[in-house]
Amino acid sequence: MAKKGKRKTPPINATSTADIAFMLLIFFLITTSMDTDKGLARRLPPPVPKDQKDNADVDIKKRNLLVVLVNSSNQILCGDQLIDIKQLKDKVKEFVENPYNDAHMPEKVEVDVPYFGKMMVTKNHIISLQNDRGTSYQAYIDVQNELARAYNELRDDVSRKKFGKAFMDLDEEQQKAVQQIYPQKISEAEPKNYGEKK
Amino acid sequence: MGKFSKAGGREMPELNTSSLPDLVFAFLFFIMMVTTMREVTLKVQFRAPQATELQKLEKKSLVTFIYVGQPLQELQAKMGSETRIQLNDQFAETSEIQDYIAQEKSSMKEEDQPFMTVSIKADRETRMGIITDIKQALREAYALKISYSAALRME
Repeated sequence: MAKKGKRKTPPINATSTADIAFMLLIFFLITTSMDTDKGLARRLPPPVPKDQKDNADVDIKKRNLLVVLVNSSNQILCGDQLIDIKQLKDKVKEFVENPYNDAHMPEKVEVDVPYFGKMMVTKNHIISLQNDRGTSYQAYIDVQNELARAYNELRDDVSRKKFGKAFMDLDEEQQKAVQQIYPQKISEAEPKNYGEKK
Repeated sequence: MGKFSKAGGREMPELNTSSLPDLVFAFLFFIMMVTTMREVTLKVQFRAPQATELQKLEKKSLVTFIYVGQPLQELQAKMGSETRIQLNDQFAETSEIQDYIAQEKSSMKEEDQPFMTVSIKADRETRMGIITDIKQALREAYALKISYSAALRME
C-alpha cells in the first residue's frame, strides 16, 4: 500500500452539477407560483331544509339586529340611514359594544369568560348583511372588510387592556376568551331577488 | 499575444466553482418551499378586490378555487364577454358547482374534509348576483368555509 508515489482516486468531475441544478431551478420557477393566497375568511350558514323554507324566520329582537344593505349603485344603508363606507366601521363598533347601554342597541347578557370573569356581553347581536344582485364585488368586499375591521379593533382594544398585547399575539386560549366577549355574528341573509340585471 | 505563450509564464488562477452547485441547490430548495404548483391555467381575467383585514389560507391542499370573471381577451370571440365561472380548467355553470365540490371533497382524506375551504377568486367588477348564486351552491354542497380572495390595500 504505502509504496512510493501513492495513488489517489481521481476526483469526480462535478462541473456539470451546477448546470443540472440550474435546470431544475428554472423548471421549478416556471411551473410554480409564489402567490400566497389571502382573503377574508367567512363561514356560510348550513342550507335550509327544503320543507321548512317558509317559517325559517327566527325570532330576533329588533334591538339586536343591525341591517346593512348594499344596493345596486353601491350605496350603503346601515340601520335606516344612508351612510358612507368610512362611517360604517364606527357604526358597527358602537352597535356591537353598546357602551352606554342604550335601549336601542343590543341587550347585554352576563357571561362568564375565562381570564375576565363575569362580563356584560352583547351576545345576541346580529349584523345582517344584505346585498343586491347588482352590487359590485368590490363594494361588497369593502363592506365585509369594514365589518371585520370593526371586530378586530374591538378585540384588539380589549386584549391590549387585559394582556397588553394585540389580539393576534395572544395564545389560543386567550383569543377564545376575547372572542367570547366580541363574538363575530355576521349573517348573510337569504338572497332576495330585487329584479334588475344579473 | 506573445506574452501569454511564453513558456512557463504565469497563468491566471482558475476560479473555484466547486461550491456553485451547492449555492444553486440551496436556492432551489428555497423556491420549492415557498411556491406551490400551478394547477390550472386561468381562462378568466381577474383583478382581486382590495381589502385590509386579510387572513392567510392555511393549508393549500385543503383549498379549492373558484374563479369568476370575464373570459380572457383571446377567448372572448368564442365565449362572449359575459362574466363566467371557471372550475379547474374549464368554464362552468353555477349548477355544476355542487358536483365539482362533491368531487373535490371525495378526493380528500376523510379527516380533512371538514376543513375544506373554498376560495372565491372573483374579479372586482363582478356583480354580486353571480357570487350569491355560487354561495348558495356552496351551501347546498356543505362547503361552508369560504374565503373571499383579496389583495392587500396599501394606504
